[in-house]
Amino acid sequence: MSYIPHTPFETQQMLVEIGVATIDELFEAVPATHRFPKLDLPPPMSEMEVAAEMLAISEANDHAQDFAIFRGAGAYHHFIPSVVNHMLLRGEFYTAYTPYQPEISQGTLQATYEYQSMMCALTGMDAANASHYDGATSLAEAITVALEATRHRRKKVILSHAIHPHYREVARTYHQGRDIRIIGDRGRGEVVDLMEMLDENTAMLAVQYPDFFGQIDDLSTLADAVHDAGALLVMVANPMALSIFKSPGELGADIVVGEGQPMGVPLGYGGPYLGYFAIRQKYVRRIAGRIIGETLDADGKRAFVMTLRPREQDIKRERATSNICTNQGLMALSASVYMALMGKNGLRHVGELNYHKAHYAANEINRLDGYSVDMSKPFFNEFVVACPRPIARINEALLAEGIIGGYDLGAHYYHLTDRMLLCVTEMNAKEEIDRLVEILGGLG
Amino acid sequence: MTTELLQPLIYDIGSPGRMGVNLPECDVPKVELPAALMREDLPLPEVSEVQVVRHFVKLSKLNYSIDQGLYPLGSCTMKYNPKINEDAARLPGFAQLHPLTDESGSQGALFLMRELQKWLGEISGFDAVSLTPAAGAQGEFAGILMIRQYHRDRGEGQRDLILVPNSAHGTNPATVTMAGMHVHELPSNDRGNVDMDALHAACEGELRDRIAGMMVTVPSTLGLFESTILEVIATVHDAGGLMYMDGANMNALMAAVKPGELGFDVMHYNLHKTFSTPHGGGGPGSGAVGVNDKLAPYLPGPIVEIVEEGAADTEEPVGATLESPEHGRGMTRASQGSPLQTSAGEGDRPPLYGFVMPEKSIGRLKAFHGNFGMHLRAFAYIRVYGDSGIRDVTRYAVLNANYLRAKLMRTYKVPYPRYCGHEFVLEGHFEDAADVHALDISKRLMDYGFHPPTNYFPLIVPEALLIEPTETETKVDLDEFVEAMERIAEEARRDPELLRNAPHTAPVRRLDEVRAAKELVLCCAPALSR
Ligand SMILES: Cc1ncc(COP(=O)(O)O)c(C=O)c1O
Repeated sequence: MSYIPHTPFETQQMLVEIGVATIDELFEAVPATHRFPKLDLPPPMSEMEVAAEMLAISEANDHAQDFAIFRGAGAYHHFIPSVVNHMLLRGEFYTAYTPYQPEISQGTLQATYEYQSMMCALTGMDAANASHYDGATSLAEAITVALEATRHRRKKVILSHAIHPHYREVARTYHQGRDIRIIGDRGRGEVVDLMEMLDENTAMLAVQYPDFFGQIDDLSTLADAVHDAGALLVMVANPMALSIFKSPGELGADIVVGEGQPMGVPLGYGGPYLGYFAIRQKYVRRIAGRIIGETLDADGKRAFVMTLRPREQDIKRERATSNICTNQGLMALSASVYMALMGKNGLRHVGELNYHKAHYAANEINRLDGYSVDMSKPFFNEFVVACPRPIARINEALLAEGIIGGYDLGAHYYHLTDRMLLCVTEMNAKEEIDRLVEILGGLG
Repeated sequence: MTTELLQPLIYDIGSPGRMGVNLPECDVPKVELPAALMREDLPLPEVSEVQVVRHFVKLSKLNYSIDQGLYPLGSCTMKYNPKINEDAARLPGFAQLHPLTDESGSQGALFLMRELQKWLGEISGFDAVSLTPAAGAQGEFAGILMIRQYHRDRGEGQRDLILVPNSAHGTNPATVTMAGMHVHELPSNDRGNVDMDALHAACEGELRDRIAGMMVTVPSTLGLFESTILEVIATVHDAGGLMYMDGANMNALMAAVKPGELGFDVMHYNLHKTFSTPHGGGGPGSGAVGVNDKLAPYLPGPIVEIVEEGAADTEEPVGATLESPEHGRGMTRASQGSPLQTSAGEGDRPPLYGFVMPEKSIGRLKAFHGNFGMHLRAFAYIRVYGDSGIRDVTRYAVLNANYLRAKLMRTYKVPYPRYCGHEFVLEGHFEDAADVHALDISKRLMDYGFHPPTNYFPLIVPEALLIEPTETETKVDLDEFVEAMERIAEEARRDPELLRNAPHTAPVRRLDEVRAAKELVLCCAPALSR
């Protein structure tokens, strides 16, 4: 019976104790007409068989161990030190529940507190929560905070079109029941165009940093403009880019959200990932989700506990601003271990590797006949390449050579057909980049 | 007052210049970094690899976990998390698969998701399933948005009330508000069921045209199967509302009853409860939603469907879309007897799986397509038990709960004298030890080496202790738990202070939560120059 330990003898003893003859008698409250339906499922399997089947299914996928990968677009193939996985596999971490009982959960609590601290360091914010589901839902939750912070008197939310298309879709899903307008992202508006949309009805303005196309805009006057209008500035930031670039805090952001996956979480076909959420002190009591704080125990010993609990759904119920309960705690632990290992110098080194390699690739590709790279703005580890042929064709040819090519931007942006978003990280060795360039050249 | 932490903060064990990783040098010509855009300071720790390992190992030892013992946390289904699932999740074909891989290159993952959708539909009795919600609460949100849109499409946008029993989990009412609807709370009766008079009054009175639906947990958050459930469903349907089932407690229902067959219109699963995916110290979860044909067009997307049927004995190379392209870095793939071929015969071309967005979808809930790592663990779990075993999960979960209940009834007050589902509620309070509360009993359990039950939920039972042992515990473990509970009941009378000051053997004593909220120390990073 797989993971069920009962012997027939024990089961019998237990039934006697309860005072029934069979287990089935315990289901008498279930309407007899619907009780014990047959299930059409496959037959049981032994562990050996399951292991073999999982391997076979997994190998029907084109993965980064078999292929050189130059695709990002919101999910990034970065180096993950071995230690991360070893710490994650400790049963004390992954088989524990949410730390509602702090006396026997100090491990999770302190690790999460350290995660919050390192996220503050990276983003330049004052507080971070214990996680949201992913970058997209973090943005959706930031909108709620901005609406609350402006007391629901402001009904306009401005999003840049250069925010990940999925994130903008999720923002609309989350707020479809509200009387607000999400604008700004239907055209190709630059940051200056977004600034023109600001008015006294605007709750917030959000930009991505670096944006979906890998580029970094001049954001030096943005924060003042947003704040002058009485709105909040939200930045969706790739934490890996924050290893070398100015922190959103320095640029005047009020809330910083994003996808923590680049820091120690594998590609994993899109999840579980890590929505991070960091905020200025001024708004800290409006943060949704769990948050860990330091306190003292009855002996005066320093320790950690979930705090600001009265905001949460289990206490505030229909007056809570978010329903989040289970979060992505284990992924926050990954990020915590990752950031601790990388540290001040390691993370910067990885950031620089990304920058140099992406620029090397971009320069080489830009030289090829028929291709041009958009160099109009600074970029980090992704860039847009205009290609001489449909992207699907190019990717097919690359795949045949063992390379997963860039993301086809035409899928989301009608004006960007035949444009590919290429991503280069520290995982792409020079030979791999050279091979990519050579094959692209052959297709030109 | 001491100011030592049990384990110093990671920031406090570093030294300038120390590194925890060994990274390669840059193998391409360097370019100049854009000085104006660069940050000056990156205040992260500076520690060695060994320090990091020891730090987190020491922290891990301050936790209690399922791997250490019984974790009878009601409503959370803390069952054993099989190790094989962790191995499976780390296979390169899953862990290193980019979410935007072309369909032809992700047929394994898509096949797995499609099978899981089918199985979850079968277990719950629903027509269609979406795996995208990241947790139970997000599944609830999807469900209520679907109900809302359904009414609007039928020109009944005035339906803005969702009935929620007062025994509901907090995510239920919070979800309703998030979706822009309103909660109408219903009382419970003395059997722990929804108060039928209140239900009829709501559904047949002047609110009738505003009823959008109702959210019910089955079995209820008291662990009780609502014996009037068919009447509840009929009453709400009669008023034009739809029925949402909170499926957090599906561990009590698998192959015992299918919610879809009872008449529910939509429900969510918690794969991190019922299907053994680990809770991870707070997450991740996965909150698949199942719906009947009324709501299928509204499901959050994308979902997986067969986008091109398979074919028998074609001239094309076998499984052209699935197998190892001969390119790649040349690893051999398991191409023979691939499970993906199960629906096709030997030598046939299997179908092509792909993502589709349901016709009137409420939209995307997450980037990409859900917590796939949880999907594959749930898949492996269902595969192990199979058709004949899944029912046993529920049967033994219910057996264990009723056994504990029968034994604990002798020392504790059990407010509802009925057989329970997979969990039950006790009153953690004694008339002759008035100063002792459920919280004290919980804390004292830690001294006996157990994780406490859920405290103070559901809200309708005073001093609630909600106990859920799950099917993976042996009789011996349950007996030891009972023994500890009995000793604690004795101690409550003899030495109440012992309980009120518990725990005594945990890494820390009770914490000052008021101080935490007042002082609000949320971050220890060195402040940045701003
Ligand atoms: C009855 C009930 N409903 C809903 C939820 C919410 O699920 P999740 O935490 O996965 O969001 C929970 C669990 O926490 C629950 O116990």
